[in-house]
This record gives sequence, C-alpha cells and structure tokens, in this order.
Amino acid sequence: MHLRTIVWRELFERKNQLATSFLAILVGIAAIVSIKNVTFYSEKAVAKELDALGANILILPKSASLQGYYSADMQEEEFPEEYVTRLSSSDLQGLDNLSPKLSVPAEIEGRQFTLTGILPKSEFQAKAAWQGAGIFSRPEGCGEVVGLTSQSPQPAPETLVRRRVIDTLGSAQALVGAEVATVLDLKEGGTVTLLGRPFEVIAVLPQTGTVDDSRVFVHLHTLQELTGKGSVLSAIEIVGCCNQISKGLVQKINRLLPDAKVVTITQVVDTQIKTNRMMSRLSLVFLGIIILVGGASIANYMYANVFERRREIGTLMALGANTSLILRMFLLKAFLLGLAGGVGGYVLGTVLAVSLGPRLAGIPVLPMWSLLAWATGLSLAIALVASYFPARRAAHLDPSVVLQEV
Amino acid sequence: MLRIEAVTKNYNSRGRLVTALRNTTLDISKGDFLCVVGPSGSGKSTLLLILGGMLSPTAGRVLLDGQSLYSLSSDKRASLRREKIGFLFQTFNLIPYLSALENVQVPLILAGANGHCQKERAAALLERVGLGDRLDHKPSELSVGQQQRVALARMLVNNPAVILADEPTGNLDPDTSEQIIALLEELNRENRTVIMVTHDPRAAGKAKRTLRLDAGAVTAS
Repeated sequence: MHLRTIVWRELFERKNQLATSFLAILVGIAAIVSIKNVTFYSEKAVAKELDALGANILILPKSASLQGYYSADMQEEEFPEEYVTRLSSSDLQGLDNLSPKLSVPAEIEGRQFTLTGILPKSEFQAKAAWQGAGIFSRPEGCGEVVGLTSQSPQPAPETLVRRRVIDTLGSAQALVGAEVATVLDLKEGGTVTLLGRPFEVIAVLPQTGTVDDSRVFVHLHTLQELTGKGSVLSAIEIVGCCNQISKGLVQKINRLLPDAKVVTITQVVDTQIKTNRMMSRLSLVFLGIIILVGGASIANYMYANVFERRREIGTLMALGANTSLILRMFLLKAFLLGLAGGVGGYVLGTVLAVSLGPRLAGIPVLPMWSLLAWATGLSLAIALVASYFPARRAAHLDPSVVLQEV
Repeated sequence: MLRIEAVTKNYNSRGRLVTALRNTTLDISKGDFLCVVGPSGSGKSTLLLILGGMLSPTAGRVLLDGQSLYSLSSDKRASLRREKIGFLFQTFNLIPYLSALENVQVPLILAGANGHCQKERAAALLERVGLGDRLDHKPSELSVGQQQRVALARMLVNNPAVILADEPTGNLDPDTSEQIIALLEELNRENRTVIMVTHDPRAAGKAKRTLRLDAGAVTAS
C-alpha cells in the first residue's frame, strides 16, 4: 500500500462532495475548451473570408498618396524591386501574398489604359532568397495558408482579381481587364500589341467595377524591360496577417524599408482585428469565470474535507506522519481531481465544439490536441493552487487539539 | 527510559489561564506498566500527549532515552514517534475507508516499508490479536472490541518500545476490556513500557504502579 492508495480510497469516501467539485471543474474546463476550439476555427474562417477581400498593407514610394494609388496606382516616384528581396529574406511573420507591381500608362489602339507588371508566384519559387521565413507561411489563426509548394490545383488567372497573386505568367502573356477586353474586342487566346510587342491574351478578367477593369497585366520583368525603367516598382501589395498587424507588423516593415511608405487599408484590418479581439476577449471572460468558480469550488471542498478529516489527520500525526506527508496527501488528491477535470473537460468540450460548432457558428470544427495539454495544465493549476491553503492548514493542525475533540 | 522534569502545562481558555499539569516530575523505567488515574480534567490526557511528543509543555523537559523531546523539531518528533511510541485511543481512531489490514499497514507506509513486508507484518499482527479472519473488513463492519484490537495491531506494527494508551477500554464492554488489558499485559511482559490513562479500577489494578492526578498535580504514586 502507498500514500496514493489512501488518497484514492478517500476520494470515493465522500462521493457527493467529490461529484460537486469535480463537476465544477469539468464543466468550466469543457466550456473554455469548446469556446477556444470554436474560436480557433471561427478565426480561421473569418480570416479566410476577410483575406478574400484583398490586400491590407501597401508599400508605396515615400511621396505617394493613397488616393493617387487608388485612382490609378501610378506614382511619379518608384522604388527598387530589391525591397521585395528585403521583405522576403527578413524574419517578419505574417506576410502573405506579397504582390510587387509596376504600373505605367499605355496607349493601346489609340485608347489610354494602365499597363501593370506583376510577378507570378513561380518567380518566388525560382528565387531561393524570396522563400525566406515568414513569406507565404502564416501563423495559426491567420486563415488559409497559401504555400509556394502547395500541391493544390493551379488557381485560375481570375484569382488575380481577388487575391492579387497569380501562379504563372509567361513573358509574352497578358491578362486583360473586362473594360479593356470590351473596348478592344479582345478574347482569350487572342493577341494584343503592347509597347510594340505582341502578347497572347491568356484570360479576360471578370468585371470588378474598379480600376482593374481598365488594366492589362503582363509580367513585371517584361514591363520593366519594355519601359526601360529597370528593376523598379510602383507598389507592393501585401495581405498581412491581421494578428501580426495588431502586433506591430506595419512598424516592423517601416523599420525594414525606411525609404518607403507603408500604409494599411484600415477598414479591412480593423474588421479583422476587431473580430479576433472579440473572440479572445470572450475566451478571457470565460477563463476568469472558470478560475473563480472552479477554484472557489475546489477550495471550499478541500477546506470542508480538512475539517471533516481532522481526527484522521491527528491520528496520522500521532502515528508519525510529518507535515510534508499531510501536505502531499491533500495536494495529491487535488492533482487527481485536476487531472480528471482537465482530461474530462477536454473530452466534453471537444465533443461540444465539434457537434455544436457547425450548428452555432456555421463552420466545421475539428478536435485540437494542443488544447488537451492546455486544459489539463489549467485544471491542474486551478486545483493545486485552490488546494494549497487547505492542505497547509491540514499539515499544521495541532494533533493534541483534534485528538481531544469528542 | 522516560523522564519528565518539572513539567508545567498552562492553557489559555477564554482569557483565563488554566493549569493542566503543575510542576510534575516523573521517572518511568523500561518495562514499567504505569496507570494514570484521576477525575476528568485532572490532566491525565495532557500528560499522555506531552509524553508522546504531541504537546509541548509550558515549562520543564521531557526526556526519551536521554533525548529532550521538545528540543527537536516537530518533524523530528514525528519521526521519533514512528520509531519508538505507539498510541492507543479510546475512540480507536481507525481510518473508516480502509480495511483492517490497510489500517494496520498505515504506520508502515509512514516508515517507508515495502508493500510485501507491510502486508505480511500487518496480517501477522491481526492474527495475533485474533482477527486473522477479518483482514478485509472495514471498521464499520467490525464490533467495537474488534476495532480496538485492530487499533492495537496498528499500534504494534512498528514495534514500539513505549505504549501510550488513553482510556483504551473506555468504550468497551467488561469482557472485551479484559481482553485488551490482557493484551497490554502481554506486551508489557515483552519488556515494553506501558502508560495507560484509565477510569476503570479493574484495568488500573493490572498495572505495576498507579499515578493519581488531581487538578494537574500528582497526589499519589
């Protein structure tokens, strides 16, 4: 027989008290596990949706205005393409869908349009330096991961409109906006002459109602060559992870590129940050409740347990138990209670999240193993901290007093 | 073996100073069987607790084999109790959720004995007190006499040199009391020192000597 045998037997001696205390911690942990689980997938879903709205960080030349950028994204000034390398090879977290652009005015068949050079993702793959940490790998809760090495089918060229990124674009290929296609009567597979060179139209982009409708997209390096501007850009559009933006991503980019202007599209970013903040606040509120209710319930149970067992404690002391043994006896009991509450709470919370999540939040929710360690750790911490003072009281009982009580 | 020197114990009860034991000096040699008698509140149990290292005196010294008990830390005193002193209580103080065998094993857990040794020794002692067929019974499934015998086996399991019994027959019928006193006599014959507090004159009659306490003072020896 060991000390743990005594603790184990005693646990089931007062079943009603045990059940009440266990239920408090079980329900509390289950509630917070299910909220965290649903929140995690909800944040991902929200981020994915908001991600689809487009870029939320712009890098522009120092003198550029956001208004000017939106009217035609053409600036007087340009900045070196090397900025992309600096961003790619930095250790900045939360940069996604980095999209360098050069825009120039162009006359096509007597009409004025905007010619925009873009860099397809395949170019990033070709340059090892651009696969640096942080690019195209998003931290948890940041929505869909757009990996360079993704084996998923190639997205259609139309995704350029939404995601500002295209997978491949040849040096003699062009994507034309809806308005350009209509005015110039261009169709997929047709040819258009730009700055004196023929380009194959690989796709006509759907109508967006923005300046993109009057654009023609070609490969960035082809445009740089045709205009004779060299390796320069007018803008870099970035889909930045909202969590990282709230952690100062913009300031970090500013420090990295002191000669550029870094702006956020605040509406998109604010919505993302607000949504995520609301979720984390809700989690925090529940965390506070569980610590208070669970902790108070366990502390109350332990104090009552010490009071009821004071003769037993006195007897153990008379038989030679020292203070550390009595302390261990009660803390071991708290440990078992915390462990069972944590594991049970995780299981119950996960079942609730997986079964109710899709119905309440309208998103698929999967079990998260990482929450098991989190829930068990939290439950153990609550049980041990709440039991420490009752256990200490037990260890310092005066045996001469308790043994003389009738 | 045991010596108390000019021991006084005062309590503070509701603002009043109560003297439970007054300037008492006593020598108890090895193998003695001392019976402590006296009216309720005369300081008998206080004396027993002081001798067992569980209640520090207000003044004076308590020596066990020449070692001053209250110069030791409470954990060292607990360790000394585990090795040399056995307690027997009027209310048995068995742990209700453990079987007779497990109750007897408890002091061995505290002493760090291994599981096999614990079971063997506990079973042998329960056999000795006539409860070999009640090993797995919980205290609530035993008669009061049987419970006191389990407590006796538990007290003996660490082979104590000193037995401190606080009214061990107080809750027992005359026949069972006889059995318990006979067992204590047997243990005394094994050269263990027995100090017993009792109200029972028949039990007191079995002791080698009797100490009478009155209002915290020794009035006869």
